[in-house]
Amino acid sequence: MSAVTEEILSFEEAMEKYDPVLGFEVHVELNTKTKMFSSAPNVFGDEPNTAITPVDLGLPGVLPTVNKAAVESSIKIGLALGCKIAPSCTFARKQYFYPDTPKNFQTSQYEDPIAFDGSIDIELEDGTVFTVEIERAHMEEDAGKLTHMGGATGRIQGADFSLVDYNRAGVPLVEIVTKPIEGAGSRAPELAKAYVAAIREIVKNLGVSDAKMERGNVRCDANVSLRPYGQEKFGTRSETKNVNSLRAVERAVRFEIQRHAAVLDSGEKVVQETRHWHEDTRSTTSGRPKSDADDYRYFPEPDLLPVVTTEEWIEELRAQLPEPPAERRKRLKTDWGYSDAEFRDVVNAGVMDAIEETIAAGASAAVARKWWMGEVSRRAKEAEVDPVDVGVTPELIVELDKLVQAGKINDKLSRQVLDGVLAGEGTPEEVIEKRGLAVVSDDGPLLEAIDAALAAQPDVAEKIRGGKVQAAGAIVGGVMKATRGQADAGRVRELIFERLGVQG
Amino acid sequence: MSEINREAVAHLARLAHIEMTAGELDKMAGELDVIVDSIKSVQEAAGPDVPATSHPIPLANVFREDVVGETLTQEQALSGAPDSADGRFKVPAILDEE
Amino acid sequence: MSELTRHSAARLAEMLAAKEVTSVEVTQAHLDRIAEVDGNINAFLHVNTEEALAVAADVDKARAAGEDLPALAGVPIAIKDLIVTVGQPTTAGSKMLEGWMSPYDATVIKKIRAARMPMLGKTNLDEFAMGSSTEHSAYGPTRNPWDLGRIPGGSGGGSAAAVAAFEAPLALGTDTGGSIRQPAAVTGSVGVKPTYGGVSRYGAIAMASSLDQIGPVSRTVLDSALLHEVIGGHDPHDSTSLTDPVGSLVEAAKTGNVAGMKIGVIKELQGEGYDEGVLARFHESLDLLRDAGAEMVEVACPNFKYALGAYYLIMPSEASSNLAKYDGVRFGHRVLPAESPLTIERVMGATRAAGFGDEVKRRIILGTYALSAGYYDAYYGSAQKVRTLIQRDFDAAFAQADVLISPTSPVPAFKLGEKLNDPLAMYLNDVATIPANLAGIPGISIPGGLADGLPVGIQFLAPAREDARLYRAGHVLETLLEEKWGGPLLSQAPDLRQFSGAETTSGAK
Ligand SMILES: [Mg+2]
Ligand SMILES: [Zn+2]
Repeated sequence: MSAVTEEILSFEEAMEKYDPVLGFEVHVELNTKTKMFSSAPNVFGDEPNTAITPVDLGLPGVLPTVNKAAVESSIKIGLALGCKIAPSCTFARKQYFYPDTPKNFQTSQYEDPIAFDGSIDIELEDGTVFTVEIERAHMEEDAGKLTHMGGATGRIQGADFSLVDYNRAGVPLVEIVTKPIEGAGSRAPELAKAYVAAIREIVKNLGVSDAKMERGNVRCDANVSLRPYGQEKFGTRSETKNVNSLRAVERAVRFEIQRHAAVLDSGEKVVQETRHWHEDTRSTTSGRPKSDADDYRYFPEPDLLPVVTTEEWIEELRAQLPEPPAERRKRLKTDWGYSDAEFRDVVNAGVMDAIEETIAAGASAAVARKWWMGEVSRRAKEAEVDPVDVGVTPELIVELDKLVQAGKINDKLSRQVLDGVLAGEGTPEEVIEKRGLAVVSDDGPLLEAIDAALAAQPDVAEKIRGGKVQAAGAIVGGVMKATRGQADAGRVRELIFERLGVQG
Repeated sequence: MSEINREAVAHLARLAHIEMTAGELDKMAGELDVIVDSIKSVQEAAGPDVPATSHPIPLANVFREDVVGETLTQEQALSGAPDSADGRFKVPAILDEE
Repeated sequence: MSELTRHSAARLAEMLAAKEVTSVEVTQAHLDRIAEVDGNINAFLHVNTEEALAVAADVDKARAAGEDLPALAGVPIAIKDLIVTVGQPTTAGSKMLEGWMSPYDATVIKKIRAARMPMLGKTNLDEFAMGSSTEHSAYGPTRNPWDLGRIPGGSGGGSAAAVAAFEAPLALGTDTGGSIRQPAAVTGSVGVKPTYGGVSRYGAIAMASSLDQIGPVSRTVLDSALLHEVIGGHDPHDSTSLTDPVGSLVEAAKTGNVAGMKIGVIKELQGEGYDEGVLARFHESLDLLRDAGAEMVEVACPNFKYALGAYYLIMPSEASSNLAKYDGVRFGHRVLPAESPLTIERVMGATRAAGFGDEVKRRIILGTYALSAGYYDAYYGSAQKVRTLIQRDFDAAFAQADVLISPTSPVPAFKLGEKLNDPLAMYLNDVATIPANLAGIPGISIPGGLADGLPVGIQFLAPAREDARLYRAGHVLETLLEEKWGGPLLSQAPDLRQFSGAETTSGAK
């Protein structure tokens, strides 16, 4: 397919003329041990076509069975989205032929999703809150993976043939569908990103999904339509499929708004179609128009029985829900006494949980932040990993902090102790021992070093005697150098004043 | 007469992914027309108050515990495949969409 | 013909247990019989000689060593080729699966293996079990042992003919709208459709999931009960499988007594469309049962007139979906389109065009129609409601009677080719068997005598989970009739050896 460059309007101009309406279908892969309808392992990255049973290949004669854990995870997602849980719901077959779909139908839900009518509040960076209404969340199964071979770009167009791996086929999915989101205005792209981020955070916090977008655990289809301001009726929408990073969600929505605006401006009609997002060109291209071939012929799955949810079961699951992420953040920020900026940095660095654990292990909020945002983040940047993957545990930080508090080591030494621990030289105590890093607290050697420093800088000694106590820093520096940093600077200062007979 | 003509059958054959010649479409349309005429009386049978039955024996909440079971080997998985390569099923190009 | 093939499964089991005969001898006798007559009958699509004899030898060894063995250990069985088996091809009677070997066993096959029954092979059927005559097999029709010019019923004509021709004492069938019972009726054998969920469907190639049921095929009521106890019971691989215990079916088949039993005669399943001879035999059976102390009551099932229509909407709808997987990607045949471009879409279209026969295509298109946008409510939706009405009819009938009775098939075996080009006429063969499938209740067909030299079947129906009642009533009628005939009906069947060497078409072995 030739890459037709679409006309687009500037975002500002588009927003002047048109009111965007958004809608999202987010697919969340659950992290159950087995698949939705078979006992094959739900794993990522196995050898192709090994994480499968006859059921996942749709072999003649097979029958599906429902994974209870997947149902419970789905209910938890529904509850976390403020949804009602269906007292009874069924599975349905959504029929279409595609080689990644082993039975040529997807087992999904249709008329009666497990969860419906919810809403979540989405907070944008400046604190503005949008309420997004959730239409439904339903259970279904993932498809296999197609790899297109022989084409110039590895894309489908121009490929000679495709290879199918069904390991992913049957992985449990929950599809979360919003109601149309109106009134976002120029914040629409930002809201899109924040919405998907919120869903990702919620399912991760629930522990029901690994929620890694780069692995496709969370995938977004973004619907965009425009209408002139004041018009009630929605415009024709496009559905941009599989936008799989937060940044891409924002950009895709922005692009579609600009593209729709250009189409409308030229007096043409927006075509209802699926679009594909291309990260390289940061634009969408036309997929296929909605056609009569999209007659999915849904009907109740005769091989599966209804899921009936009792009040008791739902309450049991509700009791297992963790604190919602937004509430938790509010609580932690207050508890820890961080400023807005400090807390945002902590969240963006991905060390909020680590700090919470470090405080729980015995550190103060200030110390925990100092370590995670300072030394640990610095090392993470160097190693190009996330701070939590550096290898520093909350317990280690608490231990190092205790040693500093006790005066056994100082800040500078504590970094060397950390080096030693990370290098596998043992516990902090052992590293101090082996590397001889303990602060010199015996006055004898310190006095020797002080005398030597004073003798080396008689002019400074004179200044101090004359009452210029701040000049003592130079002598302290000399002592620290002589003791290779192992002296307790506070004690050194005291001894200098004692020696020179001045009040510190 | 019901509404099953050649065009309708052609549409259904497309949905069902079965290639049919013009002759087959005509023959099928004729046969289906007779069959549908003979069975459409089901529409008169039940009023709106009659619930649908999709499972003959009513059961609910039949679940499997989340425990990994026996899997196929790659060799078993591919043993019946018309074509395969690199441990995967090989299919001709999918031209019309991504 | 070796006398061994004339015995019932129950009798063979006794002889094996008493070490009067070995399983290898019994199995070999049946294999010999297959070699002798199946050229004419074409009941078997595959004969499993080596494995059957190996299993038989194993059983003999175990018995010699004094091991405790299951009741039917060493008794051979034939398997409808709709049920997947490791080590034997499974074709479903379709070109689509020619040569396909399943990497897994159906649950019933696991049970047959655990029961240590040698599998003689796979039996012929209408393609994907769609038909009432076994003429829709891609591997040639099966012929009725009573008259080689006639159909053996369908879709399980192969299993019924194998049993009726003494090629196997037992067979497995599947029944979606009568595919076990109608072939039993027209071949003079016994066939049982268990309560829906009573036997696991895992590994039975699906036609219509909410109607399909695996069941026993045999020559006596007791033999079906014995086999039913082997294959029945809960299976976690089939969500619709019942958790109820199988029950004492063999006991019921041995201690049958109809004194005081209320038998409901279904008003709607007789009369117009029913062959005179069929009705004559039916009324003789009613008289015998009445004389034996049964209380005969007439029951009305007013909604049965919609049953065929509902069936021919639900069945093709589910079938159109279940058969979508045959697309030339993961297993089975792949056919390339005659002209380019070569896209997967067109390969699927060409594969399905070449792989499916006319009847399968008809049902797929009909089902696609019934489910398509704009028609669902009128067709599929209405049919599901009729299902509720049929269940209500049965509930009312069973409030008046312990079991219900009707002819199994409105007509005896018809001539090969007679109805092949008239789908509607073909569909009418199942008019008496379909209501049980729609309602999920169990049914049995037993031989009811001959009409113009051709077997007629009598059907009993029981409430869901009350399969034992079928065996109780069935055994009584079987005993009464055999007393009257002076032996089993099948002893009156023609000696097939006279046809040996006659040229007939025969399918892939
Ligand atoms: Mg969707
Ligand atoms: Zn989906």
